[in-house]
Parts: sequence; C-alpha cells; structure tokens
Amino acid sequence: MAAIERDPVTGRLTTGHDWNGIAELDTPIPKVVIFFLVVTFLFSLVWWILMPAWPLITTYTRGALGIDQRTEVEESIEAANAARSIWLSDLAAKDWSQIQADGTLMAKVKETGHRLFGDNCAVCHGASGTGGPGFPDLTDGDWIWGGDPDAIAQTLRVGVNSAAEDTRTSQMPAFGRDGVLDRAQISDVAYYVRSLSDPSLATPETADRIAKGKEVFAANCVSCHGEDARGNVDLGAPNLTDSHWLYGGSASQIVTTIFGGRMGHMPTWEARLAPEEIKMLALYVATMGGETQFTGEQSQ
Amino acid sequence: MIRQLTSGERRSAATILVALVIVGLAMAAAGRADTLGVHGAIVFLYSLVLLFLVLSVIFDPEPEPSRLSQYYDDPSKVGIVLTMIWAIFGMGVGVWVAAQLAWPELAFDAAWSSFGRLRPAHTTGVIFGFGGNALIATSFHVLQRTSRARLADQLSPWFVVFGYNLFCILAVSGYFMGITQSKEYAEAEWYADIWLVVVWVTYFVLFIRTLARRKEPHIYVANWYYMAFILVVAVLHIVNNIAVPVSLTGAKSYSIYSGVQDAMVQWWYGHNAVAFFLTAGFLGMLYYYLPKRAERPIFSYRLSIISFWGITFFYMWAGSHHLHYTALPHWVQTLGMTFSVMLLVPSWASAGNALATLNGAWHKVRDDATLRFIMVASVFYGLTTFEGSFLAIRPVNGLSHYTDWTVGHVHAGALGWVAFITFGSLYSVIPWLWKKKAMYSARLVEVHFWLALMGTIIYVFAMWNSGILQGLMWRTYNDSGTLAFSFLETVIAMHPYYIARAFGGLLFLAGAIVGTYNLYMTIRYTPEDATEKAAGDLPVPGRGEAVAAGE
Repeated sequence: MAAIERDPVTGRLTTGHDWNGIAELDTPIPKVVIFFLVVTFLFSLVWWILMPAWPLITTYTRGALGIDQRTEVEESIEAANAARSIWLSDLAAKDWSQIQADGTLMAKVKETGHRLFGDNCAVCHGASGTGGPGFPDLTDGDWIWGGDPDAIAQTLRVGVNSAAEDTRTSQMPAFGRDGVLDRAQISDVAYYVRSLSDPSLATPETADRIAKGKEVFAANCVSCHGEDARGNVDLGAPNLTDSHWLYGGSASQIVTTIFGGRMGHMPTWEARLAPEEIKMLALYVATMGGETQFTGEQSQ
Repeated sequence: MIRQLTSGERRSAATILVALVIVGLAMAAAGRADTLGVHGAIVFLYSLVLLFLVLSVIFDPEPEPSRLSQYYDDPSKVGIVLTMIWAIFGMGVGVWVAAQLAWPELAFDAAWSSFGRLRPAHTTGVIFGFGGNALIATSFHVLQRTSRARLADQLSPWFVVFGYNLFCILAVSGYFMGITQSKEYAEAEWYADIWLVVVWVTYFVLFIRTLARRKEPHIYVANWYYMAFILVVAVLHIVNNIAVPVSLTGAKSYSIYSGVQDAMVQWWYGHNAVAFFLTAGFLGMLYYYLPKRAERPIFSYRLSIISFWGITFFYMWAGSHHLHYTALPHWVQTLGMTFSVMLLVPSWASAGNALATLNGAWHKVRDDATLRFIMVASVFYGLTTFEGSFLAIRPVNGLSHYTDWTVGHVHAGALGWVAFITFGSLYSVIPWLWKKKAMYSARLVEVHFWLALMGTIIYVFAMWNSGILQGLMWRTYNDSGTLAFSFLETVIAMHPYYIARAFGGLLFLAGAIVGTYNLYMTIRYTPEDATEKAAGDLPVPGRGEAVAAGE
C-alpha cells in the first residue's frame, strides 16, 4: 500500500493502491455513465414489452405488438406477390406478340429478365450474354435452336442434352476418333468449312483441296448442317457460313471439333424457374440479339 | 533458458515430452490412413525436438537459488518472439486471402490454397497465434509485476507456451489439409481441442497459484481481465467443441449439437470469444501498459471495476445477435439485441477510462509512438464497440448482415484495437524484459505506427463502403417488384474495394515486418540498461519463496 496522494493534474486523490508503480484515482463514476446505463436499460425495457423477449417455462413473453418474425416474413411475401400479380397475370394471359407489343409490360419483362439472367444464365453465358468457348453468344443473332421467344422458352424448359425426358438432344460425332474420316479428309473438310465464312481462302491453288473437302462435307455433314451449311435449328446444328463459332473458328479448333466431336450441355430450368420466369427470360433473351436476330426462315 | 529449470523440473519436462513423443507416434500409426497420421507426425517431431533440447542439459548443475528472488520472464520472452512470427504468418495469409477475393487466380487451382482453407488459417493465425501468444506472454509479465510475486513454478509456464503453440500448429496445418469441424473460430478437430483443454487448465491453475502468492492486498483490475479471459475461454471452448469422433483413428468428428441449437451454441462461443479473448484479455494489457507508459494514475478505480463487471455480464447474453432473422426464435434475438445495446455503456466507460488516464500525458502521446499505439487502440476500441452495438440492432443488422460491413467491423476491432494495443504493449515491455534502455529504433516504431494506422483506415473504409453498397444492392427493388441487381452484379461492384482492402492489409503487414525487425535488432544489438531502475524490477521477497524453492 502506498500513501493516498493528491494527483497534481486532476486534483483527485489516489486510492492508495500501488500496482508496480501504477496508482488509481478515486474519481467517482461519472454521472454520464449512470445516465446512459439507465437510458439503455429503459430502451431495452420498452423493447422487451413490445417484442417477444423473455423465456417462460413452456412459452415466452409475446410482446405487446404481437409481432413475430415468421408472420412478418409471410405477410411481406404476400404483399409483394399481390403487388406483382397485377402485371404477372397480364403476362400469363397474353401471347408472345401481344406482350412484345405492350411497351409497359415489356419494360417490366426487361427489368426482371435482366436480374433473372444475371442470377441464372450469366454463369455460363456471361454477364452480358456474350458467351465463351462452348457457351453460345446470345447477342450475335445467330441461334442454334431458334431465336424466337417460343423456341428460347422451349430450350430453357428442357435444356440441351439435359436430364429432362424431352430434352433437346444434339451431338456431333467424333469423325476422327471413331475412324469415320482419315487425317487428310478432316484437314480438307476443315479447310472447306473455313472457306465458307472466309472467301479469301478460296484461291486457284486451293481449289482442289476445297473440292475434296466439299465432297467429304456432302457425304458426312449435310444431314445436320444442310447442303448450304447454314445449319438447322431443329437439330441444333450450327450455321457454318457465318463468323460466329461456338467452339472456335481457327483451323486447329475446327479440326479438334471434327476429330473428337461435340456434345454441349444446358440444364433444364423447368424445375428451377416458375413458368412466368421462363416466359420473361425467353422474351428478354430474344431481345439480346438486337435487330439482326435470325428467325425460323434461316433453317431449311 | 532450460538451464534455469531445476533438475527435477528438467526430469518432469523430459517425462512429459517422452509421453508426447509416444502419443505422436501412436497417432501417426493409428491414423496412417487418414490426415490424422500427418498430425501424429507433427506432434512426434515437435516433442522430439523439445525433448532433445531438454536432454542436452539434463545433467547440468542446478540453477542459482537467487533466481527465485527475481521475476521469471523467459516464457514471456519466448512468447513475444512467437507473437511476432505468428503476426507475419497470420497477416501474410490475410493479405493473400484478401488478394484472392480481388484476383481469384491467386488460388493457383490447388486445394490447400483455396479460399476456404486459407481463410481459417488467417483467422486462427492472427487470433490464436498472434493474439493468444501476446496474451499469454503479457499476462505472465503483468501478473508477476502487479502481484509483486514470481510465477508459481518454472515448468508450467513452458508447458502453456509450447503446448499452446502446438495447438496452433495443429489447427493451422489441419486447415491446409482440409481438416475442419466447420465451426467459425473453432475449426480445429477433436484431438487438438482436447489438447487445448489440458493446456488451458494448466494456464488457469498457474495463474491462480501465482495470484495466491501476491504481495498486494487486492487483485489489480488487469488481472481480473486476464483471469476472466482464461476462465471463460476454457468454458466456451469446452462447451462449443463437444463432439463425437467418427473413429479414434481419424480426424473427423461431428458436433453433438445440430440445427439452430448448434448455431446458437456456436455464436454464444463466437461472440464471447470476441468478448473474452479479443476484449477482456487485451483490456488486461491496456490496464497495465497504458498507465505504465503514460506514467499516469488510472482515471477512475471505480470505473474500471464497474466496467469489468458490466462487460463480463452483458457480453454473455449478446451472442444471438449473430443470428438475427434466422430460424432462431424471435425472443432470443430480442434478448441478444437489447443486451448488446446495454453493453455499449461499460465498453465506452472502459475506453473513456483509458483516454481520461492520458490527461496530463498528451504531450507524451504526441512524441511517443508506443503510447500513441495504445491511445489509438483505445479510440478504436470505442469506435468498434459502438459499431458492434449498432450492428446488433435488428433492423440495422438486416442491412449489414452477410455483407463486408461485418468484415470491416471485425477488422476495426482486430487491427485497430487488438493489434494496436498489442504492438503498444510489446514496444513497452520488450525493453523492460530484455533490460534495454529503449527499442533499437524509435523511428521504426514511428514508421510501424503510421503504416498500421494507414492500413487500418484504408481497410476499414473500403469495407464500410463495399458492405453498405452490397447491403443496399441486395435489397433494392425495381418498379416491377423484383430485385434490381443480380448477385453477380453485386460481386462486380465489390472489386475496387477488394483491391483497396488488400492494399490496406499489405500496409499493415509491412508494419508488422518492420516491428519484427526492430524486435530482432533490440534483442541482438542494443546495449543493456545498467541503471538502478532496471535492476529494481523485482518481486517482494516473502513467504512464497520458501515454498517455491521446495517445489
């Protein structure tokens, strides 16, 4: 114990304790501390009276306001659904062209579709829908399974090569690995396919090679991609005459595709999205390609 | 250092280590088909190295009896060096994991370096490795000085320091291998948890025995805080980690709690780990090193006492505020929220008591970066506890929960409060323990201070911005009644803040590296202080010593 002293700075007395040179002042507890203890306690008291708060043996105090978080959530979901039901029922009742003609309804479809796309589709197709290797670009106007809302809605519902029973199915055979075509044939047909979208490849020197490739193409590829190689949206066979390539358009990428085949996958969304959500997404995705979108007449 | 142990203590140490070597071998053999085997090998090697160190001096002569009239500081010195090693490890992993959020490629496609494994390595490295070692080292120092008594024996402090670090190594190495019981801040598996109980009980017994030898009539408030830290952490750790191992030869176990009970027990643990590990223990530090460094009396003895009991009482109720708007019954949430609000008063009373103690010493705060570390820690303690009570209010939590705001809040506490008070305390205690006049370089302390302060401010501001932005984006509806933003858009909006956060963390890490260099240079190259003041740092001789000599 040290002697009780007066601290020259504050004028307070010390307690007389000495802890390895540390002294303590005998300052009373500031009134503001007591004040705020009382204030926070009163706040708590009011909250306890109003809200569910204290446990009893088999139940708990329910609170004067009768609020419970479960009923609160249910009520707010109900209110939100009621607010949306006005235009959602409109959406369900109208057909594609009626909706597309209704500017106010389409504004809501685009707003909601944008969010639905971000949360469900962007993982593969990219935030702006431009896709990537193996994942189609939805903005280029080139549609593998058709670009009108009805076709898109069907793709969303059943997916491609998915687990759904009525899934869209498409597979490109592995012409090289399965021994259907030899190396020279693959090389020739790849060159021919490239020449369809890049006329600069067709020169007098390569005429022979292109002719051979065209022969291979006629024998092996036209059943899906068509005689003019413009593809077939009923079979999910891509158009090979444009500059959009699902798996890449370089010589080596095309050879890889022909050699090993391709079988893309898109899940079925029927169980995960509500029918009106699929409807909105189909309408939204149909607008992503802008004015240049292909329609049914592209398939033969 | 081991020569300071009596031959009896050296034999006891060797016996314990031989037992641990056998345990390690048994774990390695039984768990050879599992990751447990790797941990067996770590236990084996760790105790084997220590065993060799002990055996190398086992037949050396007995230490001088005069040592018993001095404080026993060797375990504190080792603890301080380990504190800084863990600081660099834990904060280094923190910077890495922060950078991964901005640039995910930094996971390098490996399992061990994925975010989910690095993140607990960061939190355990800083909370338990850095914070825990700092608490143990300073608690031994403060306890002896404020009790004017030497530690009760010489073996158990070493058992605590090395046993505790073995736990930390098992925990962190386990996360890299994918060993986790998936409880936040309690990820270590059952065998590591059992080991920590043994270590922690030894720590508590040592603390109480030393306290019982005190030559002062009362127990200083710092020791109340340290004692609450040790006792409550033991209770929390045991209750939260009760689990059933799948097999004694495997690392995996399952908690005995499930569903919302599991969540409640976890957050009762989690929030009181904040309260008693990251608050009470470090308030113990504050209450010793602040008045010592400022050379000022504590502003109010009464305020320290009521704050202590206020903090310990209110914190116990607050954990459920981590589970607002969940399956937890509404009434439990109400209690958690209201007690969190009341908790603000004793928290601010402590912060105020600390700052008011500096009255009459503000010129020292201006000139002395070490004292400034402690001052800024008190300010951040006040800020963080205010923010904590605010975030615990249910509607506020509706905005902040699951966002980066929580991360910012935690780091305002962990960087601004815990790490600042630790660095301030270490810069105070290092020259005292190693009997040096001062740190090797006061300028480097100054550099560390500004790096740490800039890092903390950049970090916290980045997370406030990103957290509030994130919370608002998650809840914004458009006119159609749908959420305006997809989740992906909210992630893209976070990117600049994540870069800023990683940069803030990098500055903080750089400060810790400067501090470690300063520590090294102080220990190795700074001349000893031969003045009377350094020589007078001795316990009061008395009845305790006769007992100690016979122990």
